[in-house]
Amino acid sequence: MKAKVYVTLKPSVLDPQGKAIQHSVELLGFEQIADIRQGKYFEIALDADLPENIARQTAERIAKDVLANPVIEDYRVEINK
Amino acid sequence: MKFGVVVFPGSNCDHDAYHVVSKHVGQPVDFIWHKQTDLSGYDALIVPGGFSYGDYLRAGALARFSPVMKAVKDFAAAGKFVFGVCNGFQILCESGLLPGALMRNSNLHFVCQHINIRVENEKTPYTSELDAGEVLSIPIAHAEGNYVCDDRTFAELEDNNRIIFRYCDENGELSDEANPNGSRSNIAGICNAEGNVLGMMPHPERACEELLGSNDGRDIFRSLTKAIAEK
Repeated sequence: MKAKVYVTLKPSVLDPQGKAIQHSVELLGFEQIADIRQGKYFEIALDADLPENIARQTAERIAKDVLANPVIEDYRVEINK
Repeated sequence: MKFGVVVFPGSNCDHDAYHVVSKHVGQPVDFIWHKQTDLSGYDALIVPGGFSYGDYLRAGALARFSPVMKAVKDFAAAGKFVFGVCNGFQILCESGLLPGALMRNSNLHFVCQHINIRVENEKTPYTSELDAGEVLSIPIAHAEGNYVCDDRTFAELEDNNRIIFRYCDENGELSDEANPNGSRSNIAGICNAEGNVLGMMPHPERACEELLGSNDGRDIFRSLTKAIAEK
């Protein structure tokens, strides 16, 4: 079983790295780009026989306590069997 | 009186801090490896700058889980002094000992230069030997010093005079040009509600000798020493 965790900056937080990436993308000739924001992606391999709700709880706690800083970031967890 | 300098894998200003305490403050000081959990006998801890755990995940995020940090929290809760500089400030924020977070500099540059900071509150254990409004020349060296916090936290910091240092120009004026990293309200250093935990991005330990361009950092260490002696 795999948990996928997406960590993104809160909408209210400016993302200077995303802005720099957007600038480069536009220099490459891509048009109609409204915004690019950078985030982080984690894959957590969990025991195969873990019930899905426990796997989700575990991944949510890891995301909340370690992977994301709640002051500036949000997170989202997906469970793949 | 005894100081400790906490050393994580990747700390690199630990020797500077040690040097300043032993040579300029003239007090006994030990290095404290991050696996140590007994902090009895110490009066003040310096959490030094550097790149603990290579800044993996976020600056300061992994140091927070080192064994020593539980003891550092108890140490702070007992009213003893915890002084975080640069990466140390980031670690104290990640640990919840100080509010807010330090993000990538808004200009994206690693900024390494002497800057000016203004003393915003001289009635703290770290600034008693300084005057309110005094301008200090202290170097910074960081890529993640952009202080952010929500409005409620900011109001709390302001209302309780917990913003201790702000980036300013040489005349003590605040401006965007004098802000090297985009920090909210030019914040360079804050303290906790009790005043015994201070975090700041500039490096006072690198500004204690004329030879290094400034000795304005000495008064911060002198203040702290006085506070410990009076305790």
